[in-house]
Amino acid sequence: MSRAKKIARRTFLAGGAALAGGIAFGVWRYHTPYRNPLLASLNDGEAALTPYVLITLQGITLITPRADLGQGATHAQALLIAEELDVDLDQIATDPGTPSVAYWNRALADEAAAFLAPGDGILHGAATTTVAAASKFLGLQITGGSTTIPDAFTPLRAAGASARETLKRAASQTTGTPLAQLTTAGGAVLLPDGTRLPYTDLAATAATIDPVTDVPLRKPGQWRLIGKPTQRLDIRAKSTGTQTYGIDVTVPGMMHATVLLNPAQGGELGKYDTAKAFEIPQVQSVIEITGGLGIVADTTWHAFKGAKAIAADWPEAPMPETMAAHWQALADSFTEDRLDSRKRDDGDVESALAEAEVIEAEYRAPYLAHAPLEPLCAVVRVTDTEAEVWTGTQIPRFVQANVARLAGLKAEAVTVHAQMIGGSFGHRLEDEVVKHATEIALQMKGVPIKLTYSREMDMTHDFPRQIAMARMGGAVSDGRVEAFDLSIAMPSVFASQLSRQGMPFQGPDSQIVAGAFEQPFSIPHHRVTGYRAPELAPISSWRSVGASSNGFFYNAGLDELIHAAGADPLEERLRLCTDARARAVLEAVAEMSDWSGPVPGAGLGRGVALTHSFGVPCAQVVEVRQTDSGLRVSRVWVAAEVGRVVDPVNFENLVAGGVIFGLGHAMFSEITYETGRAQQDNFDTYPSLRLPQSPEIAVRGLETGPEVKGIGEPPVAPAAPALAAAIFAVTGQRLREMPFSKTVSFA
Amino acid sequence: MQLKIDSRTVEVDADPDMPLLWVLRDLLGLTGVKYGCGIAQCGACTVHIDGVAVRSCQVPAGDVWGPVTTIQGLGTPDAPHPVQAAWIETQVAQCGYCQSGQIMQAAALLAELPDPTDDDIDSAMEGNLCRCGTYPRIRAAVRLAAAKMREQKT
Ligand code: FES
Ligand code: FES
Repeated sequence: MSRAKKIARRTFLAGGAALAGGIAFGVWRYHTPYRNPLLASLNDGEAALTPYVLITLQGITLITPRADLGQGATHAQALLIAEELDVDLDQIATDPGTPSVAYWNRALADEAAAFLAPGDGILHGAATTTVAAASKFLGLQITGGSTTIPDAFTPLRAAGASARETLKRAASQTTGTPLAQLTTAGGAVLLPDGTRLPYTDLAATAATIDPVTDVPLRKPGQWRLIGKPTQRLDIRAKSTGTQTYGIDVTVPGMMHATVLLNPAQGGELGKYDTAKAFEIPQVQSVIEITGGLGIVADTTWHAFKGAKAIAADWPEAPMPETMAAHWQALADSFTEDRLDSRKRDDGDVESALAEAEVIEAEYRAPYLAHAPLEPLCAVVRVTDTEAEVWTGTQIPRFVQANVARLAGLKAEAVTVHAQMIGGSFGHRLEDEVVKHATEIALQMKGVPIKLTYSREMDMTHDFPRQIAMARMGGAVSDGRVEAFDLSIAMPSVFASQLSRQGMPFQGPDSQIVAGAFEQPFSIPHHRVTGYRAPELAPISSWRSVGASSNGFFYNAGLDELIHAAGADPLEERLRLCTDARARAVLEAVAEMSDWSGPVPGAGLGRGVALTHSFGVPCAQVVEVRQTDSGLRVSRVWVAAEVGRVVDPVNFENLVAGGVIFGLGHAMFSEITYETGRAQQDNFDTYPSLRLPQSPEIAVRGLETGPEVKGIGEPPVAPAAPALAAAIFAVTGQRLREMPFSKTVSFA
Repeated sequence: MQLKIDSRTVEVDADPDMPLLWVLRDLLGLTGVKYGCGIAQCGACTVHIDGVAVRSCQVPAGDVWGPVTTIQGLGTPDAPHPVQAAWIETQVAQCGYCQSGQIMQAAALLAELPDPTDDDIDSAMEGNLCRCGTYPRIRAAVRLAAAKMREQKT
């Protein structure tokens, strides 16, 4: 067990006083009043210089508390600390640490705290509910909303700098060399004669010195690591099958389990018969849990087999009977009493439309499963006095609290061992799997229960992306877009998500209009209205949340108007664009794609889209080719402005991956419900984009803006509308409903 | 039953109908092999049997017809197989969960076709799903591995 994982619950003496075997240091104290969780487990000669840096005789460990879902968060967090600490990336270990308020998400919290001001942040709507809800979020160590990099950029560099300067002081004290003559490199303090004093040897002395804070941070010109291609810390393990994910955790004495849940999402457990399951000798027990059964066996396979052998009558779930009824509920939501927000109302849309020939259209975006390739899983062990959890999660403090509540323990008695995650896209912002594992473990006290969902359970019991509908009315004159009125109806993602954590939410929910109301275009008469539909299927945050549907609605509507005006879709967007960063990305994709209009050649079509989401403008040009076997997405050019590209390799990978995610779902995927039962349960019925369909993708990151932004989500939203526009260019067919494979066929 | 796995002969106590995937993961602790779908749709569980890429979720333990190689037997972090080395150099992985299967599929392809065309790569890799969308880098890594392996041979 790594040292940080032993971090325990001993009391901390506030104020930097000496502890048994260590001392509290660091920027954490000046930034936040929270205790440094590393202090509790220190031995003599070890120093926890900040909550992010742990130095022992054996080595240097950097704490990277934001969850790694494949987005490279561990690497990026380590890189920021290492930049100022002057350690090389091959000299350090990383550890996610334990859930602690010291690792609160500052970027999310800032947005929550600024809830009265207009903003486009992910938690903007959530925070408006009550101050209590906002303050609950403040202490939470959430990974989401593309906030890892913005949140970490300054504090983690400051942590590295503080630790470095403290170690220099220790070296000065030990050797009598004046501070000014000391330098640092490669995990050591260097004396003027070249002698190296490794940090590990200085830790004991450093632990007796007052921490150095307010260290000025290095200028970009001095950076060794930031902005340079580096080898991802996990790349070797992930290329040799040696990376351990949550699903690979083995704990001595553990039993395997799976769940059989009411196929109607949210339905309760009904009558069931386990006789056939117990004919499988390796099936040990069947345990009632919320909404279904837990099956415990010697292996995952026998648990799966046992689950299949159980016959059950399932009560119905509180959901509309048919998919048509889901859509009808949205169609019926464009009413005054369901009006949730009107965050944009420029000019006089009503009069402009009353006098003009109105262009109208309706758009639809379906439910979508997250379906990361690693199915949900968690290992939980509960005793009368404590609990341990091994799982990959974006919400470790909720996990801790929920296990504590279910097991009747104090939160401090629950240890969470954060695991590497095999993809998430928002899936692990929920923790039902941990609750289920805890319910099973409570019936088998002391036995570690490893719960693995089958793919079928994972997909049918996902809390999918919101279903959404939009109506557009607009007018053009003299070759220009004059009026654009967009109304969007969807259920509230936050209301659904927070309800599962026992938190109330009234709204408005900014995600209902995110990716639409804040777009950087000046149209004389322009309005964006959000309508909150009733709760239908329970839903959750799906990579880019509201923008994942609204980026399509907004761009698709705008595209129809531009076409009616007879203007060029890229030039007209540039003409309407009011924001320098957004202009820059549009100009970048125009240049990269050598834009010459929507039809650059016979059988070719191109479309453009821009979505400003999570503070990042991202523009894309998608090219589609007509082939004998159907439409083929051949090339994509994409540009995003993020202030600073911290890790260029990962940036390119995340942008390309985000484009493929956006394209693939728009082309092929939907979840539909009949009597509350998801009709798609595996990758045969929920198809994705595969390698032969994957386009060539050219990526450019712009660094013109003043703030560092995250890139996990912004590339998703513009992909679908740029594709729809390209298909229109080559076929003349307007696609207003996703997935597009319902209407056209792809090669 | 006796199985030959990653050059070791192992004795396992498994039902003949237990898929090889679960024998490897749950009985032998070879967790580099991944479960993604269980129905031959994702390729995460790909291993070699007698050098041929197969979906281990579809092969009952009793039917295993030859020596099995998993991602952990193909190469190691210190001594990676050329395909793994190409994956490292190209920095393919995001979450990495699909990559064991991708690498095993690519290694089998290159063993058979040292100089694959783009179409060969497309059809060999089509069954391996990557939800993170690393396909552009997978293509690049397969080409790099092919070039390196041909170089080594000459
Ligand atoms: S787990 Fe075998 S193909 Fe998906
Ligand atoms: S890297 Fe995540 S599924 Fe392929």
